[in-house]
Amino acid sequence: MLRTVCIVALLVSVSGAAFAIENFPRPDFSEGYQAPEVTTPRPKAELFSYIDIAVLFLALMLSAYLSLKKRSRRDLLVLVVFSLLYFGFYRQGCICSVGAIQNVALTLADGEYVLPLVVGAFFGLPLLFALFFGRVFCGAVCPLGAAQEVVLLHPVKVPAWLDNGLRVLPYAYLGLAVLLVTTGSAFIICRYDPFVLFFRLGGSAGMLVFGVVVLLLATVIGRPYCRYVCPYGVLLGWLSVFARWRTSISPGECVNCHLCADACPYGAIRPPTPEPGTIDRREGKGRLALLLVLLPVLVAGGAGLGWMSSPMLARINDQVRLAERLWLEEHGQVEGQTDASEAYDIQGRPYMEAYREATIIKHKFDIGSAILGGWLGLVFAVRMIIASVRRRRETYEADVVACMSCARCYASCPVEHAGGSAKLVQHSERTS
Amino acid sequence: MSDASKKTTRREFLSAAVRASGLVAASGVLGSLVSRGAAQEYVWQIDPDKCTQCGECATACVLNPSAVKCVHEYAKCGYCELCFGYFIDQREDDTEAAENQRCPTNAIHRSFVEDPYYQYVIDESKCIGCGICVKGCRMYGNSALILQIRHDRCLNCNECAIAAVCPSNAIVRVPADKPYMLRTKDEDR
Repeated sequence: MLRTVCIVALLVSVSGAAFAIENFPRPDFSEGYQAPEVTTPRPKAELFSYIDIAVLFLALMLSAYLSLKKRSRRDLLVLVVFSLLYFGFYRQGCICSVGAIQNVALTLADGEYVLPLVVGAFFGLPLLFALFFGRVFCGAVCPLGAAQEVVLLHPVKVPAWLDNGLRVLPYAYLGLAVLLVTTGSAFIICRYDPFVLFFRLGGSAGMLVFGVVVLLLATVIGRPYCRYVCPYGVLLGWLSVFARWRTSISPGECVNCHLCADACPYGAIRPPTPEPGTIDRREGKGRLALLLVLLPVLVAGGAGLGWMSSPMLARINDQVRLAERLWLEEHGQVEGQTDASEAYDIQGRPYMEAYREATIIKHKFDIGSAILGGWLGLVFAVRMIIASVRRRRETYEADVVACMSCARCYASCPVEHAGGSAKLVQHSERTS
Repeated sequence: MSDASKKTTRREFLSAAVRASGLVAASGVLGSLVSRGAAQEYVWQIDPDKCTQCGECATACVLNPSAVKCVHEYAKCGYCELCFGYFIDQREDDTEAAENQRCPTNAIHRSFVEDPYYQYVIDESKCIGCGICVKGCRMYGNSALILQIRHDRCLNCNECAIAAVCPSNAIVRVPADKPYMLRTKDEDR
């Protein structure tokens, strides 16, 4: 009997509807049959996220203490290894502060998305610590930084011109990541996380190539991801400008021996500036004035270029690509179907809906790309202005924006070894 | 000299002001996050109405095996003797032999209830979330089998790796207090 019903139903269903619902009524069982329970296990307990926040807070405190007060590279390395093991391999690199940028941007852009407490804490705490202690998060807490820190074997200096140029990349990455999140396209920081694949022992081939390349580079170039990619470093660097306690290389009076600058693998130590008399102030002022005039021009030009590249950027979005594909298929300009267009057909929704959604997203991209372009123009202009403003330095100083609080420079400082007393060392060459 | 020291003072004052406002802002945000509670936070889930059982769930998840499993909504099940989620279309006979089953991992257990009804139970420890049985049940049956992200396994990644490749955008964020998208209500299950 049932078999006949099944066959009839089969013939009916094959002829049409892909969504076959209630083809077979629920049977009336004669004896008291009890169906197994449909289990719905809840999301993991929040307790873990509170523990993570506590561990993050303690690690930040410890990093600040070890790098700024105790000045111990060796103890800091222990913390580096701990962070790599806990935040990296144990917590599997998610949630991380770098990726949390995207959640914060999404919260601001999309009223429906609610920022989880743990994500808010991972985003905010390192920034707050940067306001007071500089980039102590980068120094020994961030698992991505820690992974690169431990593989650095033979640091090679990156030429200043290349270093300066590459340091623009994180700004572009930050802008692009925010654009793609606020348009609902992708979380690219997570998608191109260099090491999460090693933490989880699984991932795509592209991630593996990227991770291995970054690790290999990190053996000779100090922290390539942190310096030339990491978008969170941009925020940390800028907040570090206001830090109350920061890396002071020499515990006593600097003897200008430049050993610290040689020891710093991140090119974050700036040499003393030449005598004020030796530079032409008027030329410098003229250049600064020109740059200040150029700033709005660069911002406007960038915004224009961004606006023009909007159609190209919008194609990163799945729904925009799908709508384009559907349009081409509908108008017979392409043969066959992609997975996405086939899936759309199976859902049985009208093509107009897809077109309308894509138009809304494209509009968001128009505005967002213009802002991204303007942002890049601003970054270029401000970086040039900063480069042309000379701040007098009489000694070797850590660049507060670039310094990762790794504590390497202390170990190389002769004053440190002389017990912090500058009196032990002659400094006749210094002008004061 | 006095000019220089005045400048430093101004710089220091500004820094202190920025630090203080940063502290105030951070405590404000933290306060609102804590007072709001975690109930409204979001988790990932598969919308069964959008899902096309393409098979990406089995391989794209960062977990191996995937956090996606087949879930059987018994309230919708027809208890067919010849279940289309269980048996393949072309087969020699109707025995439970492995070559007759759709499931590649033998994760569906078939047991007799009463003539002519059979009960099908998913063994989640074997299920890999490939959706082959879901497709069979949906094509010919009641669509009582659906793919769902199991939250005892899901890491709730910032960007779900399956969502990134899902061709039908079926993976959506749902409130954490309603983490499943079953089609039957609690009282009917």
